[in-house]
Amino acid sequence: MSYYLLQALNGCAYGMLLFLLAAGLSLIFGLMDVVNLAHGGFYMLGAYLALSLVRWTGSFWIALAVVPLLTAAGGFLLEWELLRPLYRRTHLDQILLTFGVAFVLMDLARWLWGADVQSLPAPPGLDRSVLLFGTLFPVYRLFVIALGAALGLALWIVLGRTRLGATVRAGVANKEMTQALGIDIGMVFTCVFAFGTGLAGLAGVVAAPVQGVFPGVDFETLIVTLIVVVVGGLGTLKGSFWGSLLIGEADTFGKILLPQLALVIIYLVMATVLLLRPGGLFGGKTR
Amino acid sequence: MRPALRIAASAVPRGAGLGTRSRGVLGWMALAAILGGLPLVLSRYVTVTLTEILIFALFAMSLDLLVGYAGLVSLGHAASFGVAAYVVGLLSTRGVTALAVTLPAGLLSGAAAALVIGVFALRATGVYFLMLTLAFAQMAYAVAHQWSAVTGGTNGLSGIPRPAVPGVDLGSTLPFYYLVLVLCAGAALLLWRIVRSPFGAALVGVRENEARMRALGFDTFRLKVVAFVIAGAAAALSGTLYAYYNGFVSPDVLYWTTSGQVLIMVLLGGAGTLVGPAAGASAVLLLQNLVSSYTERWTLILGVAFILVVLAAPRGLVGLVARRWTPSS
Repeated sequence: MSYYLLQALNGCAYGMLLFLLAAGLSLIFGLMDVVNLAHGGFYMLGAYLALSLVRWTGSFWIALAVVPLLTAAGGFLLEWELLRPLYRRTHLDQILLTFGVAFVLMDLARWLWGADVQSLPAPPGLDRSVLLFGTLFPVYRLFVIALGAALGLALWIVLGRTRLGATVRAGVANKEMTQALGIDIGMVFTCVFAFGTGLAGLAGVVAAPVQGVFPGVDFETLIVTLIVVVVGGLGTLKGSFWGSLLIGEADTFGKILLPQLALVIIYLVMATVLLLRPGGLFGGKTR
Repeated sequence: MRPALRIAASAVPRGAGLGTRSRGVLGWMALAAILGGLPLVLSRYVTVTLTEILIFALFAMSLDLLVGYAGLVSLGHAASFGVAAYVVGLLSTRGVTALAVTLPAGLLSGAAAALVIGVFALRATGVYFLMLTLAFAQMAYAVAHQWSAVTGGTNGLSGIPRPAVPGVDLGSTLPFYYLVLVLCAGAALLLWRIVRSPFGAALVGVRENEARMRALGFDTFRLKVVAFVIAGAAAALSGTLYAYYNGFVSPDVLYWTTSGQVLIMVLLGGAGTLVGPAAGASAVLLLQNLVSSYTERWTLILGVAFILVVLAAPRGLVGLVARRWTPSS
């Protein structure tokens, strides 16, 4: 029994990591109708930058604070320079463009950091294990769960209770009307995009000690994140949260209970959810 | 129903500056002459590359029927391609080499896979549809990966012999090239006829406004399923030829990167033109083959090329050419 409880915690940690990624991707889609295929690239970049920063400064916490700002700046540039001209064009152009950016990021990473799998040690203080249900459990994973939960709570409060959040929600609901009310929707787009890529970078830093990083992890992560977002319902924070947990647990328990299905378990979950609810768990409208 | 069809037909995007019919026919004849004659003067290596380009050009055109005409962006098109490749590989390595058997078997299996996937995935739309097609293709990938007794697992199926056609030695480069050329050209012509038919016009109608098409009395779900199966059959033909071309089939043919690559070919060339995706396939494969022999950084260069095409040529490579030829647009 305690074994399954620990696995549930593992699934929860993985789910919270996915949530950091899914929240940004889903917000960007909901607001701007852009499927950012470079989202996984920013995650990978975050992990690599953390790797270099930790080697340089020796502190994980500096990396945790600085790297999200760097990837957010990258996202800002991407939105400002490349995506802006595309809003009036079809989705297909956005797919090709963000895919191109993802290719560039992946090859740059391979160039700068090499093709091997690398990982970070957990920061001092969190690199221990504690006795949980009679077994040792890494403290760092508890930290990941706490961080994800805290971020989810903060986002929920900001989106639901503040003026800033109201602006973003208004943009998701009706862009033209929001603009007509005198809000600079273009600026909101840019900021949300940068925020989302910042979160992706944060996820990269947090994931580096657990998952490791290599060129190609960007696309693997992107696909899982897309699954989470679609299962939860595009453009909803609640959907991203519960979708992340569901996929995190399904993946963890699938690998233990049905190892022969390990490759497809999350796809099976997604297909089942979408066949029952074509708009995802919490998605109102399908598009 | 007549007027509706005419309205929808006017929405069909015009191809690469083929303004008049005679110019179009001339263009096609020139292309046929070039593709037919080139291997006679070029090296064996180039002919092999050209064979691969033809196979992927058909693969991309088959996806264009969905993406460019019906507005269905699929990220699981490798399913039909890969299932057909596996079926042909299985038959060929077990002694059934007659093209008269393997070709229909490949086509049918790919079309059947498309039918099953289409019936489920087409219940959703947009990104949800895209993710469902991805899910089904990944399930096919998992089957190929895990069912080692039949599919050879990660090792795949190797030593696939070229198809047997009485009186022709398809083992050598040139005859095989011409077989691929004839089959791909035939399939491309069929696709061309399909997108210019009332059915093709109805598909464009579904892309532009599905609710209105339904109100006009079209069974849009059925239209989409039929398009999905046709595209699957064409992809299955390219998968069949790929199994023979490569002599080897691994689970990679079903992996999502294969679907992603062919989608990129379509978008790069210009969706909704058929010619564009074929050009996109050629561009990607040429870039890969050429650039990778000079530098390891070809992924980077490919990525930059995608970005530049989006920024400079809003309707893909073909849009770039068409704009130069027809100043009116």
